Amino acid sequence: MEKLKHIQGSIVSIPVNDIDTDQIIPARFLKVTDKDGLGKAAFCDWRYQEDGETPNPDFVLNKPEYQGASVLIAGNNFGCGSSREHAPWALLGAGFKAVISTEFADIFRNNSLKNGLLPIVVDAETQQQLFSLAEEDPSTTVSVNVEAQTLTLPDGREVGFPLDGFSKYCLLNGVDQLGYLLALDDAVQSFEADNPQRVATKA
Amino acid sequence: MTNNGRPRTLFEKVWDAHIVREQSDDSPAVLYIDLHLVHEVTSPQAFSMLRERGLQVRRPDQTIGTMDHSTPTTPRNELGIIPVADAMAAKQLDTFTKNCSDYGIPMYALGDEHQGIVHVIGPEKGLTQPGMTIVCGDSHTSTHGAFGALAFGIGTSEVGHVLATQTLLQNKPRTMAVNVDGRLGEGVTAKDIILAIISRIGIGGGTGHVFEYRGEAIRGLSMEGRMTVCNMSIEGGARAGMVAPDDTTFEYIRGRRHAPSGADWDAAIASWRALPSDDGAVFDKEITLRADELIPMITYGTNPGMGMPIDSAVPTPENETDFNKKIALDKALAYMDLRPGQKLLGKAIDVVFIGSCTNSRISDLRQAAEFIQGRKVADSVRMMVVPGSQQVKKQAESEGLDLIFREAGAEWREAGCSMCIAMNGDQLQPGQYAVSTSNRNFEGRQGKGGRTFLASPLTAAASAVAGAVTDPRVMLAGLS
Repeated sequence: MEKLKHIQGSIVSIPVNDIDTDQIIPARFLKVTDKDGLGKAAFCDWRYQEDGETPNPDFVLNKPEYQGASVLIAGNNFGCGSSREHAPWALLGAGFKAVISTEFADIFRNNSLKNGLLPIVVDAETQQQLFSLAEEDPSTTVSVNVEAQTLTLPDGREVGFPLDGFSKYCLLNGVDQLGYLLALDDAVQSFEADNPQRVATKA
Repeated sequence: MTNNGRPRTLFEKVWDAHIVREQSDDSPAVLYIDLHLVHEVTSPQAFSMLRERGLQVRRPDQTIGTMDHSTPTTPRNELGIIPVADAMAAKQLDTFTKNCSDYGIPMYALGDEHQGIVHVIGPEKGLTQPGMTIVCGDSHTSTHGAFGALAFGIGTSEVGHVLATQTLLQNKPRTMAVNVDGRLGEGVTAKDIILAIISRIGIGGGTGHVFEYRGEAIRGLSMEGRMTVCNMSIEGGARAGMVAPDDTTFEYIRGRRHAPSGADWDAAIASWRALPSDDGAVFDKEITLRADELIPMITYGTNPGMGMPIDSAVPTPENETDFNKKIALDKALAYMDLRPGQKLLGKAIDVVFIGSCTNSRISDLRQAAEFIQGRKVADSVRMMVVPGSQQVKKQAESEGLDLIFREAGAEWREAGCSMCIAMNGDQLQPGQYAVSTSNRNFEGRQGKGGRTFLASPLTAAASAVAGAVTDPRVMLAGLS
C-alpha cells in the first residue's frame, strides 16, 4: 500500500443514497483471481449502455468535464451490501482516492482503509454543499490532509473528519495491518494455550 | 455470568472471550477467530498475498472451504460431473482447489456430496456452534449468529489476515436489541419477520451495531427460521445478528458431524447455557415489533429496506418528506417500472427463485413443496428450486420433494448460490420480474435489468402457481 498523506483533486458527485456494492461493481466481474482491470467495471451498469461497452453519455462519470476526478461525493450509506473488496479495488482502479458521504457501510469502510481509499464522513450540510459545487463547477477541487484529518473546501473552510488512529498510522506510513498482527504471535499462542480449540474442521 | 458484577449481553460475552489484545486509543481489539469459512470468489487474492509474503495458513484445522458462488447448478452429465462452461469460473474454481490443497485446508468441491452454500454447510456439519467467532469473506456470514455465535462478513484483506494469523483487528460494535413479541400467524414466516424489521429501520439502520433478536416469536422459530432472520442482519446494516442459544439450538447441533460428543457434549452444553444475555444487560439501542401484527411481506424497490405488507400499495414519492429518500424512491420505482400507489398483489411475474443462503434449507423446501403439491406452476412462470447444499438436495429427494416440484413444472437444480447473485449463468433477463426468496433486490443483482421482489418461500410458491404476486394466506385458506 502506498503512503497516503494528502489528496488534492477535483470532485464528482453521485447524489444517490444507499449505493450498494453491486452497483459499484456487479457480481459478474467477481470471477477474477487478481485485482487488475476492475476500474473499467466500476459502476458498470450505470456507466455503459445495454451492450456493456458503449458509454452512457448521461452518466456523470462519462461527462468530459468530470474526467480525472479523484474525489467522489456520494449519497448517504455508501457501500452497503456485499463484502466484496472488489468495490474499493474498482474505485481505486477508476482513479478515486477518497469518497465523501454522511455514512459508510461497515465492511466497505474497513475494506477501503486497507487499500488506501479514504472514506470521509461529513455532515449533511457539507455533503449538500459539495453536491452543489460539483454540479455548478466541475473544476472544483478539494484537498485532504490525512494527518490533520481535515477536508478543505474551495472557500477555504476546513472540515474535520473521523479516522481511527490505527488506520491513520497505516495510511500515513503505507503499511498494511497484517504486519501488526503477525508480530502478536506470542499473544496468539498464549491465547490458544488458555482456550481449547472449539471446533476442528479436519476431524 | 457477570464480568466484575456487571450484567453482559450475549454479544459482549462472546466478544470478551475472544480478546487476544484489548482495544486501546491506538489500536482496535485483536479478536481470535474460531472458524474461518472460505469460498472461491473472495479468497484468491488473499492466497496470492500469502504466497508473495511466504506465509502459511496458521490454522487450516479451523478453516473450511466450499465452492458455491460461481458454480453452475445445471444437471450432472453421464459421468456424474457438473460441467463448468464458463472459462473464468472454471479458472477460479481450479485456483481455489489448488489453494486449499497447497495450504492443507479441507474443502468441498463442486459435486462433492457435502458441497453447498457456505452458510448452509457450516450449520449442517455442526461446525457452527454457540459462543464461537466465525468469519467468512461474505456479508451473509451473519447467518451463523442464529446459534449464538458472533459471525460476520469480512473483506479479502481480512481473509488474508485470518488465514495468516487466525486473528482480526476489530473496533467493538454497539449493540441493538430487536424484540419480536407475540406469535406469528398462519402463512407468516421468519422471512416476513426480517423483511418487516429492515423496512422499519432502513437499510442503514443497524450500521455499527450487532443485533440480538429476542422475544417470543424468535424463541418460537426453528433453527432454520432463526438462520433466515440472522442472515439478513446485514441488509439492515448490522454486520452480525445473534440469537441466544437454547434447547432448540442444542437439539439442532446434537449428533452432527463436527458437534461435540460424550463428555465434551455435556461440557459444551454447560458453557452454552451461560451465554444468553444477563438480566439487566444494557443495549445501546432497542426496537420492538409485534409478530401477531405481521402479514407476509414483499419488497417493491431496489434495496431490502423498501419492503411492505403484501397487501399494501407502493409508496408515493411526493409523500416523502426527506428529499434524498424521495429521490431514491423515484429512482427505485423507475427501475422497477412501478407506479406510486400501485398494489403488487396480482402483478404478473416471470420467474420464481427458491434458494440462497436465506431460504434454501430443508424446511424452506418442505414448506414450498407442501404448498405446491397438487398445484401447477403457471405457464408464464419459470420456477427454479436450488437447494442450499448437496445434503439438503439429498434429503429433499429422499422425501420426494424434487418430484413434487418437477411435477408442478419447476426446475430442480444442483446446490449453490445461483440466481441470488447471478454469477453462474442463472439470471433474470432485462425487464423480467421475479419473486425471490433471496436477500437482495439491488438493481441488476439477479441479472442486469432484472427486477426482484423479495419474499418468503410460501409467498414465492403461491406466486409461482398464480403467475402473479400472491398472498399465500389466501390459498392456504382454500379461498382461491
